[in-house]
Amino acid sequence: MSNEAVPLNYVPILVFLVVAVGFGLVTLLAGRVLRPSRPYKAKLKAYESGSPLFSDARLQFPIRYYIIAMLFVIFDVEIVFMFPWAVEFRKLGLLGLLEMGFFIGILLVGFWYAWKKGALEWD
Amino acid sequence: MVEVGVKIVLSLTQIAVVMGVVLLTVMFLTLAERKVLGWMQDRMGPMEVGPYGILQPVADGLKLFFKEDIVPAGANKFLFSMAPLLALVPALIGFAVIPFGPDLTVEVFGVQFKPFVISDINVGILYILAFTSIGAYGIILGGWASNSKYSLLGGLRSAAQVISYELNVGLAIVGVLLLAGSLSLVKITEAQTGWFWNWFIFAPPFPQIFAFVVYFISAVAETNRLPFDLPEAESELVAGFFTEYSGMRFAFFFLAEYANMILVSCIAAALFLGGWNAPAPFLQFHGSLAHLLWLSATIWFAVKVYFFLFLFFWLRATLPRLRYDQLMRFGWKVMLPIALGNILITAIAAYLFPRG
Repeated sequence: MSNEAVPLNYVPILVFLVVAVGFGLVTLLAGRVLRPSRPYKAKLKAYESGSPLFSDARLQFPIRYYIIAMLFVIFDVEIVFMFPWAVEFRKLGLLGLLEMGFFIGILLVGFWYAWKKGALEWD
Repeated sequence: MVEVGVKIVLSLTQIAVVMGVVLLTVMFLTLAERKVLGWMQDRMGPMEVGPYGILQPVADGLKLFFKEDIVPAGANKFLFSMAPLLALVPALIGFAVIPFGPDLTVEVFGVQFKPFVISDINVGILYILAFTSIGAYGIILGGWASNSKYSLLGGLRSAAQVISYELNVGLAIVGVLLLAGSLSLVKITEAQTGWFWNWFIFAPPFPQIFAFVVYFISAVAETNRLPFDLPEAESELVAGFFTEYSGMRFAFFFLAEYANMILVSCIAAALFLGGWNAPAPFLQFHGSLAHLLWLSATIWFAVKVYFFLFLFFWLRATLPRLRYDQLMRFGWKVMLPIALGNILITAIAAYLFPRG
């Protein structure tokens, strides 16, 4: 068997995935047989420090979370470019170094802009 | 076809051992954490179940197993039931690419087999990053599906916190990749053999000590551990995203958190502290005892991982919880610039003084 057949290396991971999901499902199903189930209305109410619920919990939430998500996407894409660059760094030589410096420089300008705009403040 | 069968059987054995060790370590950690916290606060910790309380995790596990599983009336039933699995499974399968010992190859029934790593894929570190990101979905969906205000707030906080600190984890790792030139954890560990100054935390041309500090702090934040446990801050959010969970599903979130702690400790050990390498070559079995290398190597790996796990408890006993604005400011305005600067300096240093 040639050990360079790359997909074969992923077979154990697939097996692990099946085993881990199986472990979870079997534990939950075994528990269902063994544990009691005596629901009544008050027990099934969402916890709110004992007071009656006054609204559905799916409220609108602040726009802050949206801005953080946007920034995350931008920087995460940047990191995606950095991984292959870092691995092949030695082969790329001076050109690779300068290009990445340029790339990070552009992103730093954007980061500085977001910082000055107050996108990173959390009030 | 026989070869594939043998390979799968061997993999199953490995997976069973790794999962067993991880789950046992989680059991042990729940007790160790309470004991360590107890001692640090000048009390005894659990003492009732078994001698010195050592059977406490068994009692806790059995209790959780037999507890009623309450699904709140307003919850989204499917997502509510699936979220704990979504949190637990990625935390477990991340261990598939961790090298627990030396990169030996033995032949079993004509099949090449590496006993100390389940799968040596060439994108190991990317694989772990990808799956730990999926784990965050479990927390967010669990918080949202509960239809409880505390859970929703906990889930949202967790989402913002995890994505903010995930960036820093990624950027910190790039520094190591520059020096190692590979994404495979096996190869990264092998690049650090020899004396402890070859470990990437100390290694020339530019020690990754900044990356290490950024990585570890971000790892604590990503596993929602104190002082970054805002998603479950008990003094403000009751229990955060798992307020509405009970019984085994609650236990799954708990298992996931501890399994993630072990996973990030393994990665920290492999990337920065030389993995299974000893601080000095003569501290491994060598010469006439070279066939026992795997034994001392796995022990060194375990020692490093347990050191990190102890650090988690130590932080919890020492530091108060951050405020949310402090948490976000620290992640974006302190850690991110440090991590980016580390990449630039490491790249320049690695260009000027290439490693061997």
